[in-house]
Amino acid sequence: MGNVLGSMFSRVWGGNKEIRILIIGLDGAGKTTILYRLQLGEVVDTVPTIGFNVETLTYKNLKLNVWDLGGQTSIRPYWRCYYANTAAIIFVVDSTDKQRIDMCKEELHSMLEEDELQNAVLLVFANKQDQEGAMTAAEVSTALDLVSLKDRSWSIMPCSALKGEGLSEGLDWLTGVIKEEVL
Amino acid sequence: MSALSYKKNDDIESGALDKMTVYQECQRAFAESPINARKCRKLLAKLIHLLTIGETFSEFEATGLFIAVSKLFPHKDPSLRQIVYLAIKELVPLSNNDVIMVTSSITRDVQGSSDLIYKPNAIRALARVIDGSFVQGIERLMKTAIVDRHTSVSSAALVSAYHLLPIAKDTIRRWAAEVQEAVTSQKNFPAVTLPNYAPGPAVLAPYHALSLLYELRAHDRMALIKLIQQFSGASAHLQSPNANVMLIRFIAKAANDGAHRQQLVALLERYLGHKSDMVALEAAKAVLTLRDVSPKEAASAIESLRAFLASPRTIARFAAIRILNRFAMTNPGAVAVCNAEIQPLITDSNRSIATYAITALLKTGNEASVDKLVTQISGFMSDITDEFRIVVIDAVRSLALKFHAKKSTMLQFFGNTLRNDGGSAQYKAAVVAALFDMIRYVPDCRDTALGILCEFIEDCEYTEIVVSVLHTLGQEGPAAANPTVYIRYIYNRIVLENAFIRAAAVSALAKFALVDDTSVKKSVKVLLERSLEDETDEVRDRAVIALKLLESGDQAQAKAYISPESRFSLPILEHKLALYVTGSGADFDTPFDMSSVPLITDQEAREAALKAHRETTEATPVVNGGAGGPTPASAAAATTANLASKSNSHEAAIQRAEKYAAELAAIPDLAAFGTPLKSSLAVALTESETEFVVTAIKHIFPSHVVLQYDVHNTLPDAQLSNVSVVASIEDDSEELVEEFILPVDELGPDSHGTVYVALEKTEDHLAVASFENILKFTLHDINKTTGEVSEDGDEDEYQIENLVLGAGDYLEGGFIGSFDHLWDELANTEAVDTATLSEYKGLEEAVQFLISQLSLTPLESSDEVTSASTHTLKLFGKTLTGEKVIVQIKMAASQRTGVVVQCKARSGDEEVAELVAGFVGSL
Repeated sequence: MGNVLGSMFSRVWGGNKEIRILIIGLDGAGKTTILYRLQLGEVVDTVPTIGFNVETLTYKNLKLNVWDLGGQTSIRPYWRCYYANTAAIIFVVDSTDKQRIDMCKEELHSMLEEDELQNAVLLVFANKQDQEGAMTAAEVSTALDLVSLKDRSWSIMPCSALKGEGLSEGLDWLTGVIKEEVL
Repeated sequence: MSALSYKKNDDIESGALDKMTVYQECQRAFAESPINARKCRKLLAKLIHLLTIGETFSEFEATGLFIAVSKLFPHKDPSLRQIVYLAIKELVPLSNNDVIMVTSSITRDVQGSSDLIYKPNAIRALARVIDGSFVQGIERLMKTAIVDRHTSVSSAALVSAYHLLPIAKDTIRRWAAEVQEAVTSQKNFPAVTLPNYAPGPAVLAPYHALSLLYELRAHDRMALIKLIQQFSGASAHLQSPNANVMLIRFIAKAANDGAHRQQLVALLERYLGHKSDMVALEAAKAVLTLRDVSPKEAASAIESLRAFLASPRTIARFAAIRILNRFAMTNPGAVAVCNAEIQPLITDSNRSIATYAITALLKTGNEASVDKLVTQISGFMSDITDEFRIVVIDAVRSLALKFHAKKSTMLQFFGNTLRNDGGSAQYKAAVVAALFDMIRYVPDCRDTALGILCEFIEDCEYTEIVVSVLHTLGQEGPAAANPTVYIRYIYNRIVLENAFIRAAAVSALAKFALVDDTSVKKSVKVLLERSLEDETDEVRDRAVIALKLLESGDQAQAKAYISPESRFSLPILEHKLALYVTGSGADFDTPFDMSSVPLITDQEAREAALKAHRETTEATPVVNGGAGGPTPASAAAATTANLASKSNSHEAAIQRAEKYAAELAAIPDLAAFGTPLKSSLAVALTESETEFVVTAIKHIFPSHVVLQYDVHNTLPDAQLSNVSVVASIEDDSEELVEEFILPVDELGPDSHGTVYVALEKTEDHLAVASFENILKFTLHDINKTTGEVSEDGDEDEYQIENLVLGAGDYLEGGFIGSFDHLWDELANTEAVDTATLSEYKGLEEAVQFLISQLSLTPLESSDEVTSASTHTLKLFGKTLTGEKVIVQIKMAASQRTGVVVQCKARSGDEEVAELVAGFVGSL
């Protein structure tokens, strides 16, 4: 019985289709920490990602294929190699790094111009809210000029990967939109 | 088409994989979601097959493939992951910096997975993609892996460490304790649940550990001796026979290298009685291949081998007789004591053993026993494979050259073997070569041997062999007692055979016309005339040339062409022709210069052939430290090549370098300098709107520097001639000496030309200079209405900007994982200098300027300026010779003075550090 229901649900929600999500952002924004916080539910020790980490996680009956791409300048040119078939982008911003917020904006906007990402949903995590002097989500949103984005579902979510706050809210929103738009 | 392919051209392999199809299928399938593991595995197998048969992909394609393969990481299927690792390892040498993209993913597999298929494979792949500085980051992982209780994990870590040695010696040296533990520890294969598969005791990990330990100690003789003592003792518990064999090789090498020889040889002798066959045999082999082995030392080893000759185990008998056979090449007398044991092996059911037995006996035998042996051999020649027949033939050949008195027996033997049906081309060729040798080196053999050969070619199916026999007939026949005998045989070939043979026969025949006998001469001419109607050009041409030369009456000239005493060195000729053809089309104006190819006389060629033959047949194996794996030197070379290919140059830069290299190689004078190590970007030496626009490119060669000045004459009504650039070094430095200038003869209105100035580096490889450049030319006016160029011209000079040859021209960018680690490691050699970049007001432009000047790679995103007032730029790269350079530049901007920089450069080579810092200081 459960199997029958299960297969019905999976048909409704797109079967075994894997949903491809990229986590992108500048180096040191906390992308890898977010990935493993989502997958394992705990904070792992991370080293700067040279290349990428990829994990499959199931969230609310959805099979998510999450790619965490390294943010160092030497790796950024490779981001575009992984854009194809991407349903959603999680853009992680270090809210305490005011000096590089302009660079974030540039990287974000130039990325969103790519053809392959025209239909991708965008979720911005304003990370490191647990630290003092962090910009609020609204400040980050302004700095990134998110309102100028047209024809795209986007949202910004304050979060702290270390404390695990805000992540599931963000993911809830993301999966909701994906179910509506992509599947 | 060579003579061999003439027969075999229909064997072309069918159904070969098309590389572009595979490439496109890979791109498509690997990006699918979800991934179809089975399909991807098949595709990867195809890809790896293509790579292993030598198919190459362009840089662009390789990058595409690498990225595509990296997309398979989400799939956890172990079999898929295994082949992904194989593919990554094959692709690493092709793709540049792209390998860094899989570093994190692989490290995770090493770290997190407990799976025994993932882990060892991940370790091996990781070792291929990382650079030296990253090794420290995985130190703890590797140490744990080395002492892992499973042999496959331990072996993978040890072998990877071995390969990482050339780039991270200091880090790996710290693992010695773990490696030491791995030498003696007993490890198991992981429990496998496969039916009918019971893994034996794990012997490989100790063997790998010992090899690694040796590499760590090899430079220090005392440490090495200590290592040998430690593991050769009875209490050492070195169980693995493989490790013991390795240890024996180390002992033998140490004994060959000098001191302590006596004790070391005594150690070797202790192993002669080891309970494992392979160890005992290796010990005997080690003793017998020692340099200047004394009869006393050899005796005990021979004695132990003698016992093995009667062993019931075929492999032991084979190994023993093979070692004895090899030793008999140099010391036949010492092996003779075993003859009684070797004799019965002639009838051994294993033909390989029998063959070695025969050849060993041939070597140890004396003149009296030769007849008997040769008869015995003839008896079983038909029973053995061609490979061993060739061994036997070679042995008899050496014997024939040794015992001249037995030549009739030998000739008869060779004649019989040729007469017998069957046998591969290689085998027949070996017999024919033996006969050639006898003709050349054994007196009074010529006529009989030539007779045998003539008979042979009457019915020989191998074109290549017939051609070589015909050549020899042409060489030797005219000098024989009765030359006319051979003419009939040769002419028969012309009547009956294919074009290759007919052509060779015509050449051979022509040589008989040089004999001092008018009647022979006349009949040869008649025969040659018949070939004038041949259907093949080559045959006709040869006949025509020969006849012309003979009819000219000039005997000396005819001899020089028909039977030349020397010929061109073919490898050099091929190389020079390749250079000539690959040059740009314009250069076909000048004919190829034959005089640049050296001549080799027959005598020299013959000596070289004899030497080569000796080396192949009598080579005694040299025991080296890395036997069984790549030698350290070649491993190091491979790694360097690997690293060089990893350098952070963009695709465009590579294409540019290739283009320049091709252009330079097309100019004979510059081609002689080799391939450029690096070519700079074009530097503008004038404003872009001046009358003459000049840009310069600096090419660095191993021992030369070439300055390429591209001159654009923008004047619509002037023609330049004798355009050259005088590049004088500003401070009279003597590091560079001008060798020559290649001027442009004529430069029309609105056209481009290139002037090359070649300089030789007199001392070191890092010559820096600043050149003051003057463009010199003769200016001819062009009449606007008639378009005529005036004959008279005015000599003129045109001052252009200076060109600086600096540190950046000797550097190449590279990527490392950790700046701080290498920075600390190279702390001993640091050079500091400061400069003020007054023309730059902003840090950002200054950063870009410094990066382009030094052509190093910025690390840790330090090329992004985050502050308006201060910044630290971290750079890394290598010199063209592979020396690492790591640079930290602290910068401060001020509106008033511009950007002030302090540059700290560190490198393994003090001179390099100083050069870099000084260069920044001079900016």
